[in-house]
Amino acid sequence: MPTLTIDGKEVTVAQGTTVLQACEVAGVEVPRFCYHERLSIAGNCRMCLVEQEKAPKPIASCAMPAADNMVIHTNTPQVKKAREGVMEFLLINHPLDCPICDQGGECDLQDQSIAYGKGASRFHENKRAVKEKYMGPLIKTVMTRCIHCTRCVRFAEEVAGVEEIGAIGRGEHMEITTYLEQAMTSELSGNVIDLCPVGALTSKPYAFTARSWELEKVESVDVHDAVGSNIRVDFRGKEVMRVLPRLNEDINQEWISDKTRFAYDGLKRNRLDRPYVRENGKLREATWAEAFAAIAARVNGLPGGKIAAIAGDLADLEAMAALKDLMANLGSANIDCRQDGAKLDASVRASYLFNSTIAGIDKADALLIVGSNPRIEAPIINARIRQRWLNGGFRIGVIGERPELTYDYDYLGAGPGTLGEVASGGHSFADVLRGAKNPMIIVGQGALTRADGAAVLAAAREIAETYGMIGEGWNGFNVLHTAASRVGGLDLGFVPGEGGLDVGGILAGAESGAVEVVYLLHADELDTSKLDKAFVIYQGSHGDNGVKHADVILPGAAYTEKNATWINTEGRVQLGNRAVFPPGDAREDWTIIRALSEVLTGGKLPYDNLGALRRRIAAALPHATAVDDIVSAEWGSFGEAGPLGDAPFASTVTQHYLTNPICRASYTMAECHAVIEPAHEGTGTHG
Amino acid sequence: MLADQDRIFTNLYGLHSPYLDGAKARGDWDGTAALIANGQDWIITQVKESGLRGRGGAGFPTGLKMSFMPKESDGRPSYLVVNADEGEPGTCKDREIMRHDPHKLVEGCLIAGYAMRAVAAYIYIRGEFFREAENLQRAIDEAYESGLIGANACGTGYRFDVYVHRGMGAYICGEETALIESLEGKKGQPRLKPPFPANMGVWGCPTTVSNVESIAVIPTILRRGATWFSGIGRPNNTGTKLFCISGHVNKPCTVEEAMSVPLRELIEKHCGGVRGGWANLLAVIPGGSSVPVLPKAICDDVLMDFDALKAVQSGLGTAAVIVMDKSTDIVKAIARLSKFYMHESCGQCTPCREGTGWMWRVMDRLVRGEAEVPEIDLLQEVTKQVEGHTICALGDAAAWPIQGLIRHFRPELETRIAAYKNAQVQAA
Repeated sequence: MPTLTIDGKEVTVAQGTTVLQACEVAGVEVPRFCYHERLSIAGNCRMCLVEQEKAPKPIASCAMPAADNMVIHTNTPQVKKAREGVMEFLLINHPLDCPICDQGGECDLQDQSIAYGKGASRFHENKRAVKEKYMGPLIKTVMTRCIHCTRCVRFAEEVAGVEEIGAIGRGEHMEITTYLEQAMTSELSGNVIDLCPVGALTSKPYAFTARSWELEKVESVDVHDAVGSNIRVDFRGKEVMRVLPRLNEDINQEWISDKTRFAYDGLKRNRLDRPYVRENGKLREATWAEAFAAIAARVNGLPGGKIAAIAGDLADLEAMAALKDLMANLGSANIDCRQDGAKLDASVRASYLFNSTIAGIDKADALLIVGSNPRIEAPIINARIRQRWLNGGFRIGVIGERPELTYDYDYLGAGPGTLGEVASGGHSFADVLRGAKNPMIIVGQGALTRADGAAVLAAAREIAETYGMIGEGWNGFNVLHTAASRVGGLDLGFVPGEGGLDVGGILAGAESGAVEVVYLLHADELDTSKLDKAFVIYQGSHGDNGVKHADVILPGAAYTEKNATWINTEGRVQLGNRAVFPPGDAREDWTIIRALSEVLTGGKLPYDNLGALRRRIAAALPHATAVDDIVSAEWGSFGEAGPLGDAPFASTVTQHYLTNPICRASYTMAECHAVIEPAHEGTGTHG
Repeated sequence: MLADQDRIFTNLYGLHSPYLDGAKARGDWDGTAALIANGQDWIITQVKESGLRGRGGAGFPTGLKMSFMPKESDGRPSYLVVNADEGEPGTCKDREIMRHDPHKLVEGCLIAGYAMRAVAAYIYIRGEFFREAENLQRAIDEAYESGLIGANACGTGYRFDVYVHRGMGAYICGEETALIESLEGKKGQPRLKPPFPANMGVWGCPTTVSNVESIAVIPTILRRGATWFSGIGRPNNTGTKLFCISGHVNKPCTVEEAMSVPLRELIEKHCGGVRGGWANLLAVIPGGSSVPVLPKAICDDVLMDFDALKAVQSGLGTAAVIVMDKSTDIVKAIARLSKFYMHESCGQCTPCREGTGWMWRVMDRLVRGEAEVPEIDLLQEVTKQVEGHTICALGDAAAWPIQGLIRHFRPELETRIAAYKNAQVQAA
C-alpha cells in the first residue's frame, strides 16, 4: 500500500495503482485522452503529464505506478506548460469544425482545451487532412479529427476481441483504419464511438440529426436481448434520437451491443398506431371501442379452455401479469411465455436463471457452454467471458455449434451425446470441471427448445451437481436467455396451469379448432400460419409476423414508450422508463388489457393504475420490488431425466441483427445484417 | 594519440580476414572458457571497473546495466539483445565491426550473455546492412561449428544461442523498446517505461539491450584488464572509442581513438584536417545528427567525451562527427535533419508526432528567411514543448539540433529574415 503526496495531500492507495488513479483518490483532476479505465495503458497522448520531485522529466501519470514517498505536483507552472504544449500540439492538426461536428458539446478535446489550453494557436502552417475510412454501416469517420489516442484500437483488440482496427503509417502520416476498410465484424463496434474522445468516430445513423444539448434523456433498460443492459435513451419531442450505455458494473460495465445502440430507428417504422379489425378477410382501421367490441363478441360466452394466450419476447412484466390475471378470470389455463417452446421449468427459479450472475463470471475458473453462441445471443456476456479469459486460468468447453467466439475454447462435441459423456465423467473436460474451484455451465436456448429439452436440462443439472457448481456462495448453473421477457414470465408463472396447453399445444389446438381464441402479447417469433383458423388478438408495437393472421390488432407500446419492469437473465429486476409516448392511438400495454377486461364477462381486473398493478405483482412476486437487485434462488430438482436425442445443438439465434420486430423494422439493422453477418460466415475459401 | 597496441578493433579497415581464422589470429576467442569460468559476478565487476559507458549514444554505464538483470530466474529466460540497427545519421562504426570483425561481437555476446544469465542473444541488425548481416551470420555459423557457441559454448557446458534478426529500415527501431517491439514482430513503437526491459523485455522476459560496440569491446577488456581500459581517457570517460568523421574533411574515416581526444586533434590527425584548413571550419555536430551543433569557437579546444561535450550543451552521442566548413548552409543542414526526424517519428505520442512536423515547416521557411524574427523564439519554445515530454528520446533528438542552431547561429537566422524582407521590398 504505497503512500504518496499529491499536491501536498498524502494518500495511501492500493498496490498497482497508477499515479493518475492516485490523483483521483486525492481528488485532483488530471486531464487525459488516451487513458481509459477499461483499456490497456497506452500513455501516448501525454496530456496527463505531472511533475514528480527528483524526476528529471515530467512523468506520464497514467502509466507510472504509484510508489512510496513519491511527491507529485499537478499545479506547478511546469505542468501547466506541459499541458498547454500538448493541447496546442493536438489542436494544430485538428480541424476547427466544431459547429458541424457531431461530437460538439460532448467532446473531450473541446472541454479540455477550454480547461487546459492556451486559448490561441501559434501554428500558421497548413493543417493535415486525412481521408475518411469506411468502417461499416454504424461508424462514421472523419479521420482528420483523429488525435491518435488509439482507444478504438485497444477496444477492438482487447474488449471486442477482433483485431480489425489499427494504425498504419508513421509520424504525421499515422492513420487509424480498419486496414482494408471493411466493416468491423464485432457486435460491440458501436462502443468505439463512445470511446473516441473527439469527433473522428461518430454514429453514422445519428449523424447530423441532433445536437447533444437539445436532447432530453431518460435512463432505461434494453430489451433486445436478455442481458438488460442499462441504457440512456436520448429523445427530442416524439422521437428517440439515440441510445447510449449507462454505467453498470454488474451488467454491461459501460458497453452495449450494436443492436441495443442502433436498432432505435426500428421504433419509427412499421408501427401499429391504431387498432385494426379484420372484416371480410381484410384488416380495417378501427376505434378502440370497435376493436374491443369485436373481441367481446367472440370471447364472451366461450369456455375458458378454448381461449389461450402467448407472451412474446418483448412483453413487459406488468402486461404479462395483467394478461395472466385476465386469462385466469376467463377461466383459461392455456398461457405460455415460452414462445420458442423451451422446456424451462417455472417451478424452480434457480433452474432458469443465470445464477452465477454476469459479474460472477469474473470469479469463475472453468466454463462449459451448451447449445449457445453467447457472441450473438448476448454480446455483453460474451465480452465478460472474454475479459475473464484474458486474465488466464479459465478453460472453456463448448458443446453445440462451433462458433467463432472471441476467445479460445475446447470444442467438445456437437450434441447431447457429448453432454452425457461429460455428465458421466467419461469426457476429458470433466476433469477440468472437477479441478476447478468455481466451475460454471451456460445452457443456451438452443439446448432447451428441443423435444428432449427437459432431459438436456436434467443432464445439465446433473453436471452442475456432480462437479461442485452448486455450493456455498457459488451457483455455477446458468441459463442464457435470449428474450427480455422470459425470466419475468417464468417468475410470474406465465406457463400453462392445471391441464393447460403450452405453446405447442396452443398452436396445435388452434389448427385443430380446439382453441378458438389466441391472444398474442408481443408474440412474433411463432409459426403463425397455424393460427389461420383461430380468432387471433394481436397486441404489440409493430406490424410484424404476429399480425399476419390477426383478427383484431391492439396497438401497444415499445420499450421506450412505457414505464415497465424487466427481469434479465440473471433474475435482476430493473425498471424501464418512458422516453416518448406511443405513436397515435397506441397505449401502454397493461392499460390495454385493463380496458379490454371491462368488456369481457367476468374479466374485469381490479387495478386502475400502475402502482396498484405493481402492488398486485409484488404480492405474488416479492422479489419484484427489489429493483436493481438479484434475489438469489433456491436450488431444487428440475428437468426430467430421459433419453437424449441425437440431433446436434443449434443456437436459436441465426440472424443476430433481426431477432425481434424492432430490429426487423430498422434500416440500420438490415444494413448490418447485409454487411456484417456475411463476414462471419468466413472467407472466400470458406466451405 | 592512441597507441597501436591499445587498439581493440585491429581489423577495422578489413585488411585481414574477418572470419574465424583471422579473428583467432587477432586474439579473439582466446581463453574465452577461462573468462567465463571466472563467473558472472567477476565479469560484471570487471566491466563496471573498466568504466565502460554504453556506446549507443546515451552513455549509460554498461556494467551497471548488466547488473540490473535478475540473478535468479522466476521461470522466465533472460535475453541479450544487441542493437545493431545503426541508423543515426553520420554513424558508421557498428557496421565496420560487423563486416570486418564480427567475431568480436559474437564473443562479446557469449560473455556478456553469460554474465547476465541470458539464454540467447538476438542481434537486431539494420536492414540495409546486407553484406554485414551476411558476414555476421557467417561468423555465427563458424562459431557454432567450432563449438564456441551453442549447446556447449567453448566447452563450458553453458548453452548459448545467437540469432540475427534483420530490421526493415525504420530509424525508431534503434530505440531499445521499439527494437523489442519490432523483434517481437510488431510495429516498431517505443514502449512506456517502466517497466524497464530488465524486467519486461522481449516476449515479456528480462532483457538487456546493448549497442554493438559496447558488447564487442567486453572480451578485450576482460583479457587486458579493467585497469588497462580505465587508464585510457579521462575519469568517467574511459577507454577507446570508434569515431566516425564525415563531412568537410579531407579524408573522412572511422577510427578508434582514446576517449577524450581533442576534437581538433581527431580531425587533423586522422582526417587530414578540415577542407581548406581549420580556419575554414564553420561548425561540427560531434555525436550524430541528434546532438546540438557546435560552432568553431567551441570546436577549437573541446574534448571528445561524454562530460566535456555535455558541458558545452552538446553530447558525445554515437561519436559521429559531422564536420561542416564555411561553404555549408547551416540552416539548410539543420532543416534537413528536422525533415529526417519528422519522417522517422513513429507517430505514437503527441508532442513528437505533431511537433516534428511543425518544427520542420518553420525550419523550411527559415532556410529561405521567409519568417518573422519572433518565430525563432516560437520555434525555440516548440522544441522545449517537445523535449522531455515524449515516450522515447526521438522527441529530444528532434529538438536538440534546432536548439543548437538557435543557440549558436541566431544572427544567421535573423540576417536571412532581414534579407528576405529586403528582397520583397525591392521586388515591390
